[in-house]
Amino acid sequence: MNTIYLDNNATTRVAPEALEAMLPFLRENYGNPSSMHTFGGCLHRDVEAARAKVATLINAEPDEIIFTSCGTESDNAAVMSGIETHQHKRHVITTRVEHPAVLNFARHLGRKGYRATFIQVDALGRFDMDAFTGSLDDDTAIVSVMHANNETGVIFPVETIGAVCRERGVLFHTDAVQAAGKIPVDVKKLPVDMMSISGHKIHAPKGVGALYVRKGVRFAPYIIGGHQERGRRAGTENVAGIVAFGKACELAAAHVGKAASVARLRDRLETALLAKCPSPRVNGDTANRLPNTTNISFEYIEGEAILLRMNEFGICASSGSACTSGSLEPSHVLRAMGIPFTAIHGSVRFSLSGYTTEEEIDRVIEILPPIIRQLRELSPYGR
Amino acid sequence: MWEYTDKVKDLFLNPRNVGEIENADAVGEVGSIACGDALKLFLSIDKETGRILDAKFQTFGCASAIASSSALTELIKGKTLDEALTVTNRDIAESLGGLPREKMHCSVMGREALEAAIANYRGETPPAETGSRVVCQCFDVTEDTIRKVALENRLTTVEEITNFTKAGGGCGGCLPDIGEILRDLWATEPAAPAEPKPKKLTNLQKIALIQEVIETEIRPRLQADGGDIELVDIDGSRVIVGLRAMCAGCHMAGLTVESIQAHLRELVSPDITVEAQ
Repeated sequence: MNTIYLDNNATTRVAPEALEAMLPFLRENYGNPSSMHTFGGCLHRDVEAARAKVATLINAEPDEIIFTSCGTESDNAAVMSGIETHQHKRHVITTRVEHPAVLNFARHLGRKGYRATFIQVDALGRFDMDAFTGSLDDDTAIVSVMHANNETGVIFPVETIGAVCRERGVLFHTDAVQAAGKIPVDVKKLPVDMMSISGHKIHAPKGVGALYVRKGVRFAPYIIGGHQERGRRAGTENVAGIVAFGKACELAAAHVGKAASVARLRDRLETALLAKCPSPRVNGDTANRLPNTTNISFEYIEGEAILLRMNEFGICASSGSACTSGSLEPSHVLRAMGIPFTAIHGSVRFSLSGYTTEEEIDRVIEILPPIIRQLRELSPYGR
Repeated sequence: MWEYTDKVKDLFLNPRNVGEIENADAVGEVGSIACGDALKLFLSIDKETGRILDAKFQTFGCASAIASSSALTELIKGKTLDEALTVTNRDIAESLGGLPREKMHCSVMGREALEAAIANYRGETPPAETGSRVVCQCFDVTEDTIRKVALENRLTTVEEITNFTKAGGGCGGCLPDIGEILRDLWATEPAAPAEPKPKKLTNLQKIALIQEVIETEIRPRLQADGGDIELVDIDGSRVIVGLRAMCAGCHMAGLTVESIQAHLRELVSPDITVEAQ
């Protein structure tokens, strides 16, 4: 059975070119870039070449890029640096729909005696700008707002948010893990001080990420130890991962221009499912979202059941239902949007990639509607 | 990803006895959409013999909820009502070859629907609606349900109660309450399960552990509410603390001391008593 992978906001396949690029560093070129001998030391050049490619994806300068182990580390490091470099300030601002990497870190700070404000979103998942500007004060150390939401794909106005922060002299970090590589991201145009990106969301392997820190922004290291990354992130470099990340960024930079073809497939899927399934609804602002994501609720049935029935046909997606969240509570993002429980438990997120084909989309359009109908027949609320 | 048995997968993909029974003799409905799962059970019953002639179901829920419902109907068909009432949630889980711990509440939902249906047939109040105190507001779970499920499944920890009934799985506000119910239940219940004997701590180890728990677990929580705590003395199992800042003179101080005691009993030793200076 062929896998139809529509869960690319969770992780992506490693691009064959990225895999090819990294293999020599897992085989013969296993040295440590910090070594004095040529065998290890020369790998420094490969790391720097990758850094330049990652920088190019977001139009940064290479020395503004710090390699990390993942998006979560980048997020934690950014927020913590904001706290560390503004020790007299005790307030952080983020959103209710943030990725757990920022959300739970802000809650953690809340338990440590900091003040954490979580900005609300509206029914379409749009950022509440008025609440945000009202919550900024002289005590605010850092604002961290995601560029695009991982569950709904809704894009936040980071340009405006950043401009407000800059005017008020407050540090601004954005988690661009879902946005980078899918929509154009240009740090020369966006007033952001720090930005997180992750390798495995854009066809590099897991275990590598990056944090952009604008030149002139004070940064306090999160992982402390050796002098790697110019003392800003200790730990021996994941050379193979970094090289693959560089290659993936190069591919992604070329791919961003082709986002329209991904959006066309996404729209084809969405339109067909809305037409062929009983009482569906799309969650999130369709006018302003990532080209690869659609989050559809099928009312009166439960998401895990939908996923496992699709699984029988090799179709991979995600759900915001309680049973798939690892807790008994359904998606914090959909709840923040005030989506009714009838729809929240039956939400399914499809996230495409540049590798998704029209045949795969057509297969899902054929397979899914009968599954939805069968589960509704099983449900006491189905008719 | 859940580890489901082949039996669960089979009954989820090909559930038996799906649907409604027209003019059913008994209907039992439990759960709700807000809770994330719901089950409606229909029975047709022979009035003479009290035997279940047919059972059908409709379920809103995940794979294990659907499989549990299907298994329940298979288990009770052909039984008299009294025989059917001896089917426990464990029987349902066992007939499925087991359920993941976090999914045991699906089997409990099956048992509750059965009770509700039989009560409906007999004109009684379903056990879930007897006016027992609601402990978990998020999932509408009563004290009676918690006690009953704990007894039937020999559950001793709060986490197990959450896995089996969902109570405490939402906001978590009722977790201390569930702990109290469990302590009370197993203190009075003679058939309390033998708890694994904790390793005996030396006095020095005990003192160090108490200090550590207070510093890392209790103090940060009190500080988050504007309070503070100071460890004054440890005399055997007697722990003497001073409540400071907002805690001092707070009318909730009694409760605070109780929860500190519960915490230390759980993490250090069950014989600890805490006194506020």
